[in-house]
Amino acid sequence: MALEDLYKEVILDHYKNPRNKRPMPDAELTCSRNNPLCGDEILVSAHVENGAVADVAFQGQGCSISQSSASMLTEAVKGKSVSDAEQLAADFRGMMSGDVEPDEDEFGDLVALKGVVKYPIRIKCAVLAWDVLQEALSGAGEAAASAPHA
Amino acid sequence: MAVAARETRSGPAPLDVDRIKKDFPILERKIRGKRLVYLDNAATSQKPRQVLDALNDYYEQHNANIHRSPHLLGEEATQMWEDSRARVARFVGAPDASNIIFNRGTTESLNLIAYGWGRKFLREGDEILISELEHHSNIVPWQLAARDTGAKLVYIPVTDGGLLDTDALATLLSERTKLVSVSGMSNVLGTVPPIRQIVEAAHAVGALVSVDGAQLVAHAPGHKMLGPTASGGLYAKRELLEAMDPFIGGGEMISEVRPDMSTWNEVPWKFEGGTMNIAQEIGLSAACDYLDALGMDNVRAHEEELTAYAIERLLDAGVRLFGPTDVRERGAEVSFWFKDIHPHDLATILDQEGVAIRAGHHCAQILMRRLEVPATARASFYIYNDRDDVDALVGALGRAAELFRS
Repeated sequence: MALEDLYKEVILDHYKNPRNKRPMPDAELTCSRNNPLCGDEILVSAHVENGAVADVAFQGQGCSISQSSASMLTEAVKGKSVSDAEQLAADFRGMMSGDVEPDEDEFGDLVALKGVVKYPIRIKCAVLAWDVLQEALSGAGEAAASAPHA
Repeated sequence: MAVAARETRSGPAPLDVDRIKKDFPILERKIRGKRLVYLDNAATSQKPRQVLDALNDYYEQHNANIHRSPHLLGEEATQMWEDSRARVARFVGAPDASNIIFNRGTTESLNLIAYGWGRKFLREGDEILISELEHHSNIVPWQLAARDTGAKLVYIPVTDGGLLDTDALATLLSERTKLVSVSGMSNVLGTVPPIRQIVEAAHAVGALVSVDGAQLVAHAPGHKMLGPTASGGLYAKRELLEAMDPFIGGGEMISEVRPDMSTWNEVPWKFEGGTMNIAQEIGLSAACDYLDALGMDNVRAHEEELTAYAIERLLDAGVRLFGPTDVRERGAEVSFWFKDIHPHDLATILDQEGVAIRAGHHCAQILMRRLEVPATARASFYIYNDRDDVDALVGALGRAAELFRS
């Protein structure tokens, strides 16, 4: 497989011009992880309202695959219900293990990361942000339960 | 045994790299249809046929457990094991074979010291000095030892030029210092700290010194110097080995076992519990033969020449280089960033061109923080590398720049 299929234009664009890469100091859901193999770091912050991801942002550093995946993630899950976002995370992981054929409407830019499957050592890079998102969202239920009643 | 160095009357002789390459079967492998340019020698070197033959000969003709089996094969295997110990001792200039403990290598050796010596002798308020250059294997064992004993871990800083700060070392040393444990050669920057000077300064305050030799004298014994993986060991003073507690308890490291206590076998066997890496150390002995036939001075001269060439070509290509630029202060490896391309992306692209490099934090996160980068790309050279390999590396960088439009 040609390298151009891995380093697609859209991936490099997200790497060089990351979307929603900013701190979100008042986010009630924040989670971070690193990939000790290569030192990639991703922090995902989310604000959930009425069971939907009202705002999401990331911070971090790492390779083009991990950073573009995080950038695309923020665009893909913003506005989705928490359960739809979790489903997308599961589907994305499915695409990375070769089990799920991505639905272009659901995946959008994320389809570009499909080429990573051919580079097994880099799959961890692509999945990192999604692991962080899932862990952050797993706190959504608790945050809602402990939030004061309006 | 191939002798691939051309003899000359004075000074180091250039290595006959074309001939050396022929001793390494793996170098005939095609990587994605291209010639293998192996520049990840600091992670592990490739193995010459002579070492592979020694492994095969052991398994095909002599395989048995050592120091226990009362039959001819057991006798032969034991003899080969102890001969290998004597061979490695000669290679590193140890006074006696009993100064050499065989184990899986540097990580295990450092853990051995941290347990066998550290847990026994460190007290609250004592200080262990390590440096910001260290590999995690010379950090984590000391963190654990400090936690268990109340001793304090103190870091010797690294200068902006990537050198160990010997002025700072002088102020950090005190009567509280019980051990100075430093890298003999940085696996990231290639920096070679002035070990003799460090030893003198440490001994002056009564501290012991431990040197992480994983990258040294290639460099140093083990799988990074042509030996099999999981070969290597510890070279230490006999009186220290005798004073230390054992590390791995088990078969053959004891003298007598009673219900509530045991006594230990003599040094070095006190530290070799369980079935050992017999074939690997026999292979390492063959690696010593191979390197001595080349001449370690010639190996060093070859590495210096090639490293200087690599630094020049890489700087021309516009890389940001880390560590000392004077090849006399560094070993045969270069860490760098190329444009805005993350080292992991760079490694993937180079791999497509058959060029194998390492990318990441190199098990040196403390140093990465000091350098203010999350990772570096690292090319490391050895006896079978030549200028063509450096040229292939630089050529592949061009391909990366093209892909990333950098």
